[in-house]
Amino acid sequence: MDILFTGLLLGGTYALIAMGLNLQYGMARIMNLANGEVLVAGGFGAFWFWTTSQVSPLLTVFVVAPLAFALNWLIYVVILRPLVKRAKSRGQLETDAILTTFGLSFVAVGVMLAVFGGDYFSYSYLARPVHFVGDTYGLNRVVAFVSAVILCGALWLWLYNSRAGMSVRAIAVAPDSARLVGINVPRLSALAFALGGAITAMGGALVSMFLTLDASTGVIFTLKALIIVIMGGVGDIRGTVVAALLLGVLETFVARIIDPGLTLAAAYLLFVLILLLRPQGLLGKSRS
Amino acid sequence: MTKHILGLATVLAMAAGAVSAQETLTIGAVGPKTGPLAGGAAVTYWPNVQLWAHDINARGGLDVDGTKYMVEIVEYDDQTNPAQTIAAVQRLATQDEADFILPPYSTGLNLAAAPIYDRFGYPQVTSTANTGNVADLSSKFPNLYITLGAADGMVGGLVDVMSAMREAGEIGNTVAMVNVADAFGIELAEAARPAFEEAGFEIVYDTSYPLGTQDISPVVRGAKEAAPDSFVAFSYPPDTFALTEQAIIEDLDVKVFYTAVATAFPAYGGRFGAAADGVMGIGGVNAFDPAFQEYAARHEEVTGAKPDSWASAMVYSTFQIYEQAIEGAGSVDKADVAAFIADNDFETLIGTISWDENNNNAAYWTVGQWQDGVYTGIASTGRDGAVDPILKDGWE
Repeated sequence: MDILFTGLLLGGTYALIAMGLNLQYGMARIMNLANGEVLVAGGFGAFWFWTTSQVSPLLTVFVVAPLAFALNWLIYVVILRPLVKRAKSRGQLETDAILTTFGLSFVAVGVMLAVFGGDYFSYSYLARPVHFVGDTYGLNRVVAFVSAVILCGALWLWLYNSRAGMSVRAIAVAPDSARLVGINVPRLSALAFALGGAITAMGGALVSMFLTLDASTGVIFTLKALIIVIMGGVGDIRGTVVAALLLGVLETFVARIIDPGLTLAAAYLLFVLILLLRPQGLLGKSRS
Repeated sequence: MTKHILGLATVLAMAAGAVSAQETLTIGAVGPKTGPLAGGAAVTYWPNVQLWAHDINARGGLDVDGTKYMVEIVEYDDQTNPAQTIAAVQRLATQDEADFILPPYSTGLNLAAAPIYDRFGYPQVTSTANTGNVADLSSKFPNLYITLGAADGMVGGLVDVMSAMREAGEIGNTVAMVNVADAFGIELAEAARPAFEEAGFEIVYDTSYPLGTQDISPVVRGAKEAAPDSFVAFSYPPDTFALTEQAIIEDLDVKVFYTAVATAFPAYGGRFGAAADGVMGIGGVNAFDPAFQEYAARHEEVTGAKPDSWASAMVYSTFQIYEQAIEGAGSVDKADVAAFIADNDFETLIGTISWDENNNNAAYWTVGQWQDGVYTGIASTGRDGAVDPILKDGWE
């Protein structure tokens, strides 16, 4: 029982890490390799507010989110939109975006190093036990899980119950046809990208409650997010949630029953299996 | 025409360089500013480079046979990548024409760079390398020095401390041992297994976890289920923090709680406060030594950050060896200085450093402990000022 709950809590963390990338990759069609750096910046925001003025990370997310939204909007409009405009195919855009955002990730690490310094963002928040069905869990992880549920729920409601959300989904499925029915593709793509960045930064602020970050740890999170998004199915947030929870439970199961040293191996084995059996991802639709 | 002017300017610049080169020593520094070890280097390594250069220049430079030399530091980020460390040392040697190159950061990067230091004839007095096979290394690289100690010494210190506690009837026989699956953690765990068994301890839980694990709770829960008397983790910074936090959450009830790198960081005490009391960690210093306290104050004043209570002092001490050897040899020639290092003992921040037959500093701190908000050494292989260990008594 404790394996299931610990795994679900870890899955919630993974959902926070991966949700933003799914919006950016699935909806705005930008494979953003600088995603992890945005997460680290969000984590630094939480660390800075907590250590300088004891502001709870749960409040910091409301400061971090609009800042990250604005920054990502700017990045999309200035750097990425020209790539979208000149790309003749989705494949070409993917290559260009990967190279550009890979470069951006180095710039981001350099800037963060200069601004934040190279030291660990280490603080303690809500590191208290919660007792639930006979076992103990970290309160900060439980809070992060609840936040993940709220965030994903809100995102789902927006995507499936609002006009803007439906338009964004339309872009994800068929960007060219979406234009024909009067959807402002450039604007909504920017919106999806910026929203993805904001969610990633919020995720960073939340996971920094229990993960120790520093300026150059972003790449670890980019990789994890990439695996989860691809496993779940590009462009479907439900798939990301399912994949994140699955990965969390699997890793915890392996760590508890077999050996903690094999968690990475198990995670990649699952990734390979899913790619072999369902290349479009768990809930992804196959593309013709 | 433009070309000629440029050419002239270059000649002038070179001439100016030649004049000032008489009074400036170019000192190279290579270490991680990005990558997995950047966080540790930002605490232990880079501030000391800054502080050392500041200290020398503030006193008017190095006195080399009557001539004053100011030092100028050229820094390179090796991205925690051995290939980059080697490339940076090569660049410092050939393009920047560095007079001396400070040692790199961490065991792996130091060992990777040893052949290139050796090829260019730079002495390499390491400060952050823990390694087992010093005999083999010193025969291959005569100018390589190890000061921070060896894996078996580090582990031996811990086993001795725990054995003494057991003799006194304070702790029982069982140990849960975990390690990060990385060169450092594996080497220490391999040294610890036979050492614990030889000393009559029973290892009731033994596992490793990958570097960068995002949820350490299964490890702590597994250890807790084995109900050990002692918990020992050969861990790296992010997991040192995570293991401690999880132990607090799970209320892991042990009499000895030991984590490795980062336990001696000021951030550890800052984060866990009173809960850190009684936590043991790898390495230490004599925190009550006035020389260390004066250094810590100067470190904070110049760099804006506190030093850690283990390797920081050792890093500064090895820089002092370079400083004293250059002045002592009365020469800025690499070979002269290397010969001086080999033949002399040095009075440094952590005390006298002298070399055994393997160019190894045999007297180093092995275990430290948080006691009343201060991390200080409780065991060493020949340093003064060890205090008695205390039992870990809960996490309140």
